[in-house]
Amino acid sequence: MPAQTMFEKVWAAHEVVAETPDTPAILYIDLHLIHEVTSPQAFALLQAHGLPVRRPDRTLATMDHSTPTRTEQIFGDVPIKVDAAAKQVRQLEQNAANFGVELFGLRDPRRGIVHVISPELGTTQPGMTIVCGDSHTSTHGAFGALAFGIGSTEVGHVFATQCLLQRKPKTFAVNVAGRLKPGVTAKDLILAIIGKIGVSGGTGYVFEYRGEAIRALSMDERMTVCNMSIEAGARAGMIAPDDTTFRYLADRPRAPRGKDWDAAVARWRALASDPGARFDAAVDIDAGSLEPMITYGTNPGMVLPISAAIPFRAADAVNAKALEYMGFHEGDAMLGKPIDVVFIGSCTNGRLEDLQAAAQILKGRKVASGVRLMIVPGSQQIKRDAEAAGLAEIFIAAGADWRESGCSMCLGMNGDTVGAGQYAVSTSNRNFEGRQGVGARTLLASPYTAAASAVHGKISDPRKML
Amino acid sequence: MEPIKQLRSTTVVMPSTNIDTDQIIPARFLTITTKLGLGKSLFADWRYLPGGEPNPRFILNQAAAAGSRILVTGHNFGCGSSREHAPWALLDYGFRAVISSGIADIFCSNSLKNGLLPIVVDAATHRWLLENPGAEVLVDLETTRLTLPNGISVNFPIEAFARHCLLSGVDELGYLQSRLADIERYESRHAAA
Repeated sequence: MPAQTMFEKVWAAHEVVAETPDTPAILYIDLHLIHEVTSPQAFALLQAHGLPVRRPDRTLATMDHSTPTRTEQIFGDVPIKVDAAAKQVRQLEQNAANFGVELFGLRDPRRGIVHVISPELGTTQPGMTIVCGDSHTSTHGAFGALAFGIGSTEVGHVFATQCLLQRKPKTFAVNVAGRLKPGVTAKDLILAIIGKIGVSGGTGYVFEYRGEAIRALSMDERMTVCNMSIEAGARAGMIAPDDTTFRYLADRPRAPRGKDWDAAVARWRALASDPGARFDAAVDIDAGSLEPMITYGTNPGMVLPISAAIPFRAADAVNAKALEYMGFHEGDAMLGKPIDVVFIGSCTNGRLEDLQAAAQILKGRKVASGVRLMIVPGSQQIKRDAEAAGLAEIFIAAGADWRESGCSMCLGMNGDTVGAGQYAVSTSNRNFEGRQGVGARTLLASPYTAAASAVHGKISDPRKML
Repeated sequence: MEPIKQLRSTTVVMPSTNIDTDQIIPARFLTITTKLGLGKSLFADWRYLPGGEPNPRFILNQAAAAGSRILVTGHNFGCGSSREHAPWALLDYGFRAVISSGIADIFCSNSLKNGLLPIVVDAATHRWLLENPGAEVLVDLETTRLTLPNGISVNFPIEAFARHCLLSGVDELGYLQSRLADIERYESRHAAA
């Protein structure tokens, strides 16, 4: 058998019917994650056809996008501010009950951002196919799963058949040599990768992140990298499972146990790309050469090392429009630019290690006056862990707003927004116009950079504070 | 779904590259639980001024755009979120096709499932379309050809099965259901997994 990439192995193992020139492959889906925003229309499709959810045992629901983050709105009597959001939450409760789907509802201790809770529970496992009506499903690729976002019609297809019609994508090796320097994080690495490949360079591909720097990353860090694959246009990004992966998964509530665990690990070890496996495209990055990164424009590919100045791009109308939106000029230094809001959270950087990084900077320091720092854990479990570890205390003492878990200010659906014209250093994944609120100006960065900037009230290099 | 064979329309041109789905339909409009009524919120933050009145500088608010069913855009249209609300909003507004030099994967797949034609053309054709807003073009799904008013005609790629479904007005779910026996066989083979 010819040498295969990890992607090809996972794909082949899930082909119910192979593709032909006339028809796409029928791909079996092991795990279907759903949330309140992209599932209502899919449940309606089932109702219209009189169909059940075919495999509720392979389906897991939570609510994260439109849910409030204020404690009193979840556990108290204060109603959800946005009526339509409250309706969406009720609709998911009803649909889950009607179709027999397991739901981690608003007050469930296992609730959280869908891409945070599934790894946390151990439902995300190497070699699986995982889909969700959410483009950041690529996060789960950190475990060597083939995981990608789908639309609501496809959510309906998976409900009804546990399968999807898919054309086989091409493969793209992202080779990351060397080691990240202190103060330079997985977030800086993926921003640098997107800067190099461009926001459409990965269209049609599945990434495989490889090399020494990737092997050295923890699972939280690998999830940050895979999470943003879609920002380079790739629907999925994968990392071969190894001992780091197995240590993370061992004893998770829904990971295999005993003999099943041993058999699973043996299977998972065989998933890595074979030596000599061929990729359709490749890019090389030297991790050791990277600085903390920050975006300056209106897509994640408009990114710079934090000590750099905004480049001159004569006769580039799109660049000019982005700078006008941001209120920046060519030649401006990024360091020292004043900011209004800092958001630490999201499926990109809302995990425990991200909060630990923020706490490292914030310990014994205060948020600059006039700056609002909001810290939103990725899940209720992470909230409890952060509180037990004393991180929440550090955040509150620094003057941060410490919230319940959810997507929150990453996309502002729940009313947690950045004001028009305000600058927000955000650990989230998208700096699109208006993403965090109408007229909001987003600067994507790592939890270190976000926390450092909150303390100084301006864009700051965290390395001096570590 | 209505079968689609041909589409003849003038174009509206939005030359920006990387128009993401947050621009097409901002997240605050995603709290609906149906697919209907999103057309009025299409490109909301570009289309309306802060007070809610139409922004006269935005192309869709100009007389030339009225009645157009084909949107021509810069490279990498529809990048970002997987929200199917993006094609729903474009369709509800009245568009039936998007033409660009590159269209994001998930948006492309979502569009095909709803009868919005995602048409990727070569750089020269793309440049011509960007430089000639309002041109009347013909999209022929049967022959997979796009014909410009100057008579030039080019082929466009489109996934074969999606094309078949669009031409016959059937959805893809029916096909998946017709293969349930294969799916059950797969499941019994992989029962342990």
